[in-house]
Amino acid sequence: MTSILTYTFKNLSATSKWALRSSVRHLSCSSQLQAAPAAQTKSKKTLAKPNLRNIVVVDGVRIPFLLSGTSYKDLMPHDLARAALSGLLHRTNVPKDVVDYIIFGTVIQEVKTSNVAREAALGAGFSDKTPAHTVTMACISSNQAMTTAVGLIASGQCDVVVAGGVELMSDVPIRHSRQMRKMMLDLNKAKTLGQRLSLLSKFRLNFLSPELPAVAEFSTSETMGHSADRLAAAFAVSRLEQDEYALRSHNLAKKAQEEGLLSDVVPFKVPGKDTVSKDNGIRPSSLEQMAKLKPAFIKPHGTVTAANSSFLTDGASAMLIMAEDKALAMGYKPKAYLRDFIYVSQDPKDQLLLGPTYATPKVLEKAGLTMSDIDAFEFHEAFSGQILANFKAMDSDWFAQNYMGRKTKVGSPPLEKFNMWGGSLSLGHPFGATGCRLVMAAANRLRKDGGQYALVAACAAGGQGHAMIVETYPK
Amino acid sequence: MVASRAIGSLGRSHAFRIFRCRGCICRNFTASSALLTRTHINYGVKGDVAVVRFNSPNSKVNTLNKEVQSEFLDVMNEIWANDQIRSAVLISSKPGCFVAGADINMLASCTTPQEATRLSQNGQRMFEKLEKSTKPVVAAISGSCLGGGLELAISCQYRIAIKDRKTVLGVPEVLLGLLPGAGGTQRLPKMVGVPAAFDMMLTGRNIRADRAKKMGLIDQLVDPLGPGIKPPEERTIEYLEEVAITFAKGLADKKISLKRNKGLMEKLTSYAMTIPFVRQQIYKTVEEKVRKQTKGLYPAPLKIIDVVKTGLEQGDDSGYLAESQKFGELAMTRESKALMGLYHGQVLCKKNNFGVPQKNVKHLAVLGAGLMGAGIAQVSVDKGLTTLLKDTTVAGLSRGQQQVFKGLNDKVKKKALTSFERDSIFSNLIGQLDYQGFEKADMVIEAVFEDLSIKHKVLKEVEAVIPEHCIFASNTSALPINQIAAVSKRPEKVIGMHYFSPVDKMQLLEIITTEKTSKDTTASAVAVGLKQGKVIIVVKDGPGFYTTRCLAPMMSEVMRILQEGVNPKKLDTLTTGFGFPVGAATLADEVGVDVAQHVSEDLGKAFGDRFGGGTVELLKQMVSKGFLGRKSGKGFYIYQEGSKNKSLNSDMDSILASLKLPAKPEVSSDEDIQYRVVTRFVNEAVLCLQEGILATPAEGDIGAVFGLGFPPCLGGPFRFVDLFGAQKVVDRLRKYEAVYGKQFTPCQLLLDHANNSSKKFYQ
Repeated sequence: MTSILTYTFKNLSATSKWALRSSVRHLSCSSQLQAAPAAQTKSKKTLAKPNLRNIVVVDGVRIPFLLSGTSYKDLMPHDLARAALSGLLHRTNVPKDVVDYIIFGTVIQEVKTSNVAREAALGAGFSDKTPAHTVTMACISSNQAMTTAVGLIASGQCDVVVAGGVELMSDVPIRHSRQMRKMMLDLNKAKTLGQRLSLLSKFRLNFLSPELPAVAEFSTSETMGHSADRLAAAFAVSRLEQDEYALRSHNLAKKAQEEGLLSDVVPFKVPGKDTVSKDNGIRPSSLEQMAKLKPAFIKPHGTVTAANSSFLTDGASAMLIMAEDKALAMGYKPKAYLRDFIYVSQDPKDQLLLGPTYATPKVLEKAGLTMSDIDAFEFHEAFSGQILANFKAMDSDWFAQNYMGRKTKVGSPPLEKFNMWGGSLSLGHPFGATGCRLVMAAANRLRKDGGQYALVAACAAGGQGHAMIVETYPK
Repeated sequence: MVASRAIGSLGRSHAFRIFRCRGCICRNFTASSALLTRTHINYGVKGDVAVVRFNSPNSKVNTLNKEVQSEFLDVMNEIWANDQIRSAVLISSKPGCFVAGADINMLASCTTPQEATRLSQNGQRMFEKLEKSTKPVVAAISGSCLGGGLELAISCQYRIAIKDRKTVLGVPEVLLGLLPGAGGTQRLPKMVGVPAAFDMMLTGRNIRADRAKKMGLIDQLVDPLGPGIKPPEERTIEYLEEVAITFAKGLADKKISLKRNKGLMEKLTSYAMTIPFVRQQIYKTVEEKVRKQTKGLYPAPLKIIDVVKTGLEQGDDSGYLAESQKFGELAMTRESKALMGLYHGQVLCKKNNFGVPQKNVKHLAVLGAGLMGAGIAQVSVDKGLTTLLKDTTVAGLSRGQQQVFKGLNDKVKKKALTSFERDSIFSNLIGQLDYQGFEKADMVIEAVFEDLSIKHKVLKEVEAVIPEHCIFASNTSALPINQIAAVSKRPEKVIGMHYFSPVDKMQLLEIITTEKTSKDTTASAVAVGLKQGKVIIVVKDGPGFYTTRCLAPMMSEVMRILQEGVNPKKLDTLTTGFGFPVGAATLADEVGVDVAQHVSEDLGKAFGDRFGGGTVELLKQMVSKGFLGRKSGKGFYIYQEGSKNKSLNSDMDSILASLKLPAKPEVSSDEDIQYRVVTRFVNEAVLCLQEGILATPAEGDIGAVFGLGFPPCLGGPFRFVDLFGAQKVVDRLRKYEAVYGKQFTPCQLLLDHANNSSKKFYQ
């Protein structure tokens, strides 16, 4: 904890007067928060738009996020998704036939259940009359599921949509090589023994080498960790800073878990195993321990290590999204509004993970808000280095002017409002399921601390990014 | 600038080591006072690591000239004398260039081998001191690290390089007819093994950083960075420096071992090299290969082998001595002078002397998707030019598109491109059969069939659809541009751009201007050519321009020689023996017999008897039998897909027999045959300069060597006259004139040079 203090202190002393002033403002802001209703200090009272339906999150859940290869390792992705859906049904008591549509995000597809949303919905006991589809957009797949739901409701096509996401990294599809596949397919077509034999005679031993799902960016052949390490170096983020940030994430997650703040988690009775009720990747360590690790991607001088990166995770999340009028008519007390959102994309090589930097100012402008209006930030933590690089990018006029076409920087989020209940580094990051976790954490934090607006942002493979404003539902 | 840098390093060291603060300040001040007196090299101290930065003012590259060398020695001596410094990093402040090599001008000013030898010895001594440094020195390499630059790097204790395409390592001295004269021939074999070192030194090839790492030429790779707190290039160099400093510290603290883990193959080879017999075998095979390839025309490669051998067999001292002596000898050779002349010419022809064009060409259109058209499209799309490729038939168009794709895909196979880059480059190519989108074109290059009426037709069609500013360029090898421009509504926008086949391999672009072509049009054409990576000569309009005009009389002579009964294979041997990379008969096959026929007919009309010699009938008969050369599978030789060995086309015998001319024994010795071919070429080239087709001899040499394969060891026709002696050339011409008449009459300018031996094309 002290290390975090020194970190912020260092940051303060390092930056200009402006930073000092802003931090003073943050301080006064937070003191006001305690003294008076926060809404009064906002530049906007609400983000409701005339002639547009308000869209609300009734509630959302997730099964515990587990390190890959632990309790979920023998399951299939739709099993996890099913558990999340059942949890949602149980939590919200929504009548199954009210749900108009189901959308799930996932990244690495299990070939047998390529539309995992449909398989999970059927298995979870939803009506077989409820259509379901699966979306994919790397780490913002469930964000895409949510915003697709928003689009369906806003355009009046649906009233009630379930959005979620799932990822099972314990098992990934490993394929035969292309040559082997080709031979097997040709063999199917071969009619005579002669044809078959001549095909088989072309067999070479190397045909048997398997093809693993790509961990690298297709366009650049660079792994994400490698890119993150270069990004951290480009923004001169040190190893120590990264380790400190990772430690902060684990400490905050631990605290939130112990205080019972992670209320979106629903227990999951794993078939053949015990009931899982807690995330198992939260492991606060010490800076000394972390300093001992060798770099994982750029060797030997890199700064990204296993300890300051998010780990391979299994998990699923789901959330019930409704038109506000519908929710009220059904007697629900929603948790939050889903407001403006934006998708951005940029160079997948050198700016792979800078999505939040690009998305944040855009979504704020769209909503007519400023950074100081935001009470809670929930950013996806792919790597410590990525988060800190984004901070530095957001805090750089030079970067804003030369790469974002903006006159000034947007400023980096104050740490005291940032991922206060842990993040992907500590809670885990099942690619397809993280988006819903971010939104639920934002909504729950606003309710707990009395804030009004939260900003959710995430980066994703392909050099894409997403941000969304979440507004708390008035009590 | 200097002051701010000193302050910068001061501030940083301040933050790093507070307890050493006072020492730091003093040291930085002393360092900064030293900075002021140095122009090329400065250094700062970070902690206990000295960071030595190369940055020659007013130049894109750092070269090791005398000043740089003395400053470098000064700096290193200071570093070695300073107890507080425990290690050093050498780095360049220029993105894209570490040290590009020794200064060629320094060599050019040498008049005796001894002087050149001394230069080599100075370099050797400097690098020897560096090699024996007790404080580890790390070379942090970003950008080109060539020649003396690489010799500097391999004298350091450790090398770190940026893993990007700009960072290349190599010893290109052999391309200048020299050898790596500052210890390179001795250190490289020890570092990367004898076979790899021979490969590097004998080919002069550039090696990319990742490959260099595998070879053991460098110890560590650093990835280039994208934008961050600073522009990518700036921050990448800074990062390289930071990484290098950590390694320098690690080396000083003995935390990093200098021993490299060798692979099994490497271990085996290095073991094999300890056996004298194996070494002898290697020398022998390499020498044989070199003799075969250079045909004894290039002395440098053999000397390189010799020097390496001396070092390995007789020890370092003899090796270094041999290196410096042979270096001195080579520097004085005609070949080296010719090759250095070509180097200078090439630098000259990579500049745009016509100013900045008013409008930057962004959209290019190419008419005709044949070999040339598609080739032009290929070298354009990969430089980011949006290119419309238009043909008249789907079949022709898809052939062209496939050619472009294959060209790019071959680069993917060689790992020069990623498949993604290939795809995104390929998306710059738009194939079509109509003139859609031509309204946005900034330049149209036509590569349609070589027929004036077709050229006129497309010119009119194109002018109807292109915007006002658009340039019309004609890729023709012989049709005069003013005749093509005759039907143009705006002849000031018409220009000739003569590409050479295969376009993606041949470096030359001959730009042809007419009386009416505007300067801006020329500037634009040169700018496009430079963007396409071409070496450019700009010549005046006339039949055959420069290159084709020189080639025609030479080919005419070749035909005559064949008619006189010389076997095509023998002729090829004779011409390659003179230094032509491709034999004369093979050249006709490569160019295309039909093209050769066109050209010789056209130019025959324009220049009359002077271009006579062999008869066009020979080419005509070949065309009528379908012997078009490589493209039709048969010409003087028979070509088979996939087979490299070509055999003579026996059907040619009857044609040649029917057109047989009596051989003149007085001018038919092997040497005479060689000189008959070359002197006609040279005479015509000089005439082009005399007539003002050529603006400078340098352009003439570049055009001849890069476009037509004139022997590089002779440096081009003009350099050849200078080095060989104009009088001797005239004597030869007179000898042949006596037999064949005015085809060999020396031109006036050549006579002037012969009459006045102080007259040189290059002063």
